[in-house]
Amino acid sequence: MSIDRLHPVLCAVVLLVSLALSPVSRGALTIEIVGSGATQFPIAVVSFRAEEGLSQPLSRIVAADLARSGLFRLIDSGGMNPVPHEPAQLNYEQWRARGADAVVIGSVSRLPDGRYDVRFRLMDAVKQAQLAGYVYYARADNLRLVAHKIADLIYEKLTGETGVFATRITYVVDRGKRFELQVADADGYNSQTILASNEPIISPAWSPDGLQLAYVSFEQRKPIVYLQSLVTGQRRAVARHWGSNSAPAWSPDGKRLAVVLTKDGGSQIYLVNAADGGNVTRLTYTSAIDTEPNFSPDGRHLLFTSDRSGGPQIYRMPVTGGHAERLTFEGTYNVSPRHSPDGKSFTFIQRSGTQFNVAVQDFATRQVQVLTNGGLDESPTFAPNGKLILYATGTRGRGVLSAVSSDGRIKQRLTADAGDVREPAWGPLQK
Amino acid sequence: MKRLLLSVLMVGLLAACGTTPKEKEGAAVEDRKPGTGEMVDRPGVKPAEGQPLKDKPFAGGPLTDPNNILSKRSIYFDFDSNLVKDEFKPIVSAHARYLQQNGGAKMRIEGNADERGSREYNLALGQRRADAVRQMMQLLGARSTQIETVSFGEEKPQAMGHDEAAWAENRRADIVYQGERGLPRDL
Repeated sequence: MSIDRLHPVLCAVVLLVSLALSPVSRGALTIEIVGSGATQFPIAVVSFRAEEGLSQPLSRIVAADLARSGLFRLIDSGGMNPVPHEPAQLNYEQWRARGADAVVIGSVSRLPDGRYDVRFRLMDAVKQAQLAGYVYYARADNLRLVAHKIADLIYEKLTGETGVFATRITYVVDRGKRFELQVADADGYNSQTILASNEPIISPAWSPDGLQLAYVSFEQRKPIVYLQSLVTGQRRAVARHWGSNSAPAWSPDGKRLAVVLTKDGGSQIYLVNAADGGNVTRLTYTSAIDTEPNFSPDGRHLLFTSDRSGGPQIYRMPVTGGHAERLTFEGTYNVSPRHSPDGKSFTFIQRSGTQFNVAVQDFATRQVQVLTNGGLDESPTFAPNGKLILYATGTRGRGVLSAVSSDGRIKQRLTADAGDVREPAWGPLQK
Repeated sequence: MKRLLLSVLMVGLLAACGTTPKEKEGAAVEDRKPGTGEMVDRPGVKPAEGQPLKDKPFAGGPLTDPNNILSKRSIYFDFDSNLVKDEFKPIVSAHARYLQQNGGAKMRIEGNADERGSREYNLALGQRRADAVRQMMQLLGARSTQIETVSFGEEKPQAMGHDEAAWAENRRADIVYQGERGLPRDL
């Protein structure tokens, strides 16, 4: 039966979204899908009652999310008479005849205070029983988020995996003379400019709670690491030492940042407090380049790139410093490591000849799988469910974002309306 | 653009100056080829009326005088290298000497890399190039506190192409003195 759910949590999310600074805009990224999962679950998503007049077509957003995952085959949901909005109205034989194993139905109604009541049910077409059903209360400007949360619940119920449709991504748009650090929904909609600058911005990194971004800005004519609140828009420089400051990575508890500083000669890895940039602790002591630190999910290790063996390879060291273990041995150029959310593997960029591609290596087996063949791939970032890797690619001068499933089967291409898009980072799950 | 106009103007002035010495008797003035911008030895020419403009010292000082090696600010590097090649050593040592002679002068060396590969690794490669230039200057008498080294990595390319010619131009360290806005181009 239906469960009234998540009201206090949704209120917190609603508050968060409404405090974001710049006005929301339409989709700045469009997404196309190439390839599909090994098996696709056939599902129909019927228009919700009374959704036609809304600013956001809820059922279409749900259907698009499910389709974009590559794991669902959307069954034609039109032409039913009557259009079902309640379980009693479902003609299961007709839906089975169309090939659907599940049907999503729902309705929207206006509340006296102006908010919307959105409720949906996920029905098993074979067993003719409800699998899930929830109610949300939300303002008009949060209806897209509600649709994404519905898609997440359907995804989780039918695949057993956590959904990421309600997450956000960040990336940098290069418009030639102007650079914009943007945050958008995972489907490319609602892009907001967090920072606009005449100088480059690189290496954005989400705080674990999703409320701040760390990034490197060249606005002072040298690289400096800033932390900026996504709620208030306020920011502070957290690493502004002599020389260059870059490559920020958050510890899982949000209290420390790993950064690369050149203040002591050469690019080396340090830890600093996220709160005030203080307690600067040096971790690497080589005359090589040590860069691109990335915390393990348990906060105990760092992956990083080092050319101490002659060319850039990926190493792992304890976060307390000490011996670094080399992990990559294929080819002469392996960079940009990022842990998977479950800590069992990492993604990175491997150069083969002149081609740079996204790869994944399993920590236990050391096996490497190359996932892409774009040739100009960089900045891989895992979705928080570990199922997708978002990265920058495209031709030189016309960068686009792409995503590939961690098994390599599903590929998505995200293009911006204008500008050259790069440096993506996938935000955390909203708790 | 302004720098280009200025250099064109200078070349024009020098060319104009080149004709005047023939009218003056008794003055040992060397022939000068307009537009080469070389330092020319001028013994015996008095700075009096009728003297060509070339005798007037460049108003901007040695750092931006196109006749002075100190106006040359860029050192170019080979692929995957931070070795300062022989052809750039005169530039590095001229700046090192300037710093040594002007204890209050400060500079920033900005390192760059071509666009291939990871941005953060390229930031570190650019840094290495800037550091290599600083190291050489320190050996030649500059104090380390006079030189800050930073990197732009691949983020601020000078050449916008995507071929070896562009990449070669972007593998570069640039010298910028304190107080200068932007970067003077080599002429």
